[in-house]
Amino acid sequence: MSIHEWFKRKQKAKEPVQTRERLDIPGNLWVKCYKCGQAIFSRDLEANLKVCPKCQYHFRLTAGERIRQLVDEGTFKEIDPKVRSRDFLEFKDSRPYAKRIEASILKSSLSDAIVTGTCQIAKQPAALGIMDFSFMGGSMGSVVGEKIARLIELACEKKLPVIILSASGGARMQEGIMSLMQMAKTSAALGKLRETGLPYVSICTDPTTGGTSASYAMLGDINIAEPNALIGFAGPRVIEQTIRQKLPPGFQRSEYLLEHGMIDVVCHRKELRLTLSRILNWFNER
Amino acid sequence: MKDKSKKLSGIMLDFEKPLQELYDKLDNLTAVSDEGKLEMTEEIRLMEKRIESARRDIYSKLTPIQIVQVARHMKRPTTLEHIDSIFTDFVELHGDRNFADDPALVTGIAKLDSRSVVVMGHQKGRTTKENIYRRFGMANPEGYRKALRVMRIAERYNKPIISFIDTSGAYPGIGAEERGQAEAIAKNLREMAELTVPFIAVVTGEGGSGGALGIGMGNRVLMLEFAIYSVISPEGCASILFRDAKRANEAAVAMKITAPDLLELGVVDEIIKEPIGGAHSDGKLTSHLIKAAIIKNLDPLLKLSHRELIADRYNKFRKMGVFLED
Ligand SMILES: [Zn+2]
Repeated sequence: MSIHEWFKRKQKAKEPVQTRERLDIPGNLWVKCYKCGQAIFSRDLEANLKVCPKCQYHFRLTAGERIRQLVDEGTFKEIDPKVRSRDFLEFKDSRPYAKRIEASILKSSLSDAIVTGTCQIAKQPAALGIMDFSFMGGSMGSVVGEKIARLIELACEKKLPVIILSASGGARMQEGIMSLMQMAKTSAALGKLRETGLPYVSICTDPTTGGTSASYAMLGDINIAEPNALIGFAGPRVIEQTIRQKLPPGFQRSEYLLEHGMIDVVCHRKELRLTLSRILNWFNER
Repeated sequence: MKDKSKKLSGIMLDFEKPLQELYDKLDNLTAVSDEGKLEMTEEIRLMEKRIESARRDIYSKLTPIQIVQVARHMKRPTTLEHIDSIFTDFVELHGDRNFADDPALVTGIAKLDSRSVVVMGHQKGRTTKENIYRRFGMANPEGYRKALRVMRIAERYNKPIISFIDTSGAYPGIGAEERGQAEAIAKNLREMAELTVPFIAVVTGEGGSGGALGIGMGNRVLMLEFAIYSVISPEGCASILFRDAKRANEAAVAMKITAPDLLELGVVDEIIKEPIGGAHSDGKLTSHLIKAAIIKNLDPLLKLSHRELIADRYNKFRKMGVFLED
């Protein structure tokens, strides 16, 4: 076997698209792992933090699930729950943007692609932002940008460390240039946080790409990634079309970024809370 | 005029085709006149006037996708050409001091009249060979890191920064990703927000996404009349949202990417008029108009303190976004 063949065998077939609905159907007791095909009893999957016990594939989580997994029970206090998107460009592709927002709110019971608030993690206070991919692919529009900027400003005021979990395909095209400007807004806010001397931990989950990666997701004092998350600026398809070359195995995955020096820690979901508490504790020591 | 008609004829955009016929007539008149058979001065003058007014007419009602074509025009003046016309004593500075020099993004020191400034911008090529060397103005992480390095020089010596934006986006390549394209742009955004010197960004051609914004967080953002500025190219938007790259014209309309749209949204502060027929019809005049706008916008910024300049920039970008809250 040549090394090329060996690599080919190691390469997985196309990543299947996962939908939340499949897991939410009541009575759907068995879930098939999207990666290895293993049938997993729903309750076991939940108990395992939605990580496949066989292949360690990390299923995508909702903001609610993240809070339950990471935050001390009952300590999460949401801020700005009423900030909502507005279709100010009257943007229409296959559906009007206004309708898309409505449908996403109904489907996810979120107001937009991020939930922000204050919380405690292992008794240590923090300002926490959690993106939710199920809301329009976690795309960053005015609301995501505004809620992040406010979260950071609140952190500056209350002297809290900031943690943001990203799960986002990038900027929200339906808001045109305004979504691009959110990159500037959030990064500028992080500059203030830094001037104030407060720490920022960024956690990249699957996926963290486009405008999200090119702003707050890559600016952590410490950048953490969940295993095998897609993280990068340009989409793999765009790169392939531009350079007309096959991409190397594992390209733009967490482990690849770690190897290239872009990520501090690749952290299994089981270790995430512990790792965060250690980091917060390290910063908190006076 | 004769020279000009020849130069333009090869590179006419679709919507400029009506001008071709007039140019042909002009060429005939000039030929007859040159042969000395007939005195045609008056007819030539009239034909030139007709061309001028036809051009003015065409350019006064361009659609967004036509403006995209003008913004990407092969003969549109490039950053180095603007630098050459606007500034003196330019010394190009190369390299990010880490990995490489990026020819897709040029930086340097120069004089704006008697004032020392730092200049930078995306650099497209004119020929295929040049464009391959310049990566069509699509910068690698090294370009953004070089830009930041040179911005720091500006800050250290208290000199204003002027940037020229003309890129379809940051380069999508394997190496660019491996060396942290996202991180390079993100870091520039954070650091630009905190610069203690006046900063003017001018969108001269294509303002493509994060690759444009990566050198674009000026206290003032100016934009040429037929430049574009968008979160994704119309083709990219069309292929994702409309599932058909050929519907770029619809995407161009929907995304609001023209200078008047962006002025209304508050993303740019001022539109710089282009010569009739677009910047490519008179590069020198375009540079001259840009220079006047830079000077006008720079003057009030020079009176601000370091702290005021940072606050001015922070507030400018902090305000951006449209949402509901009840
Ligand atoms: Zn599995």
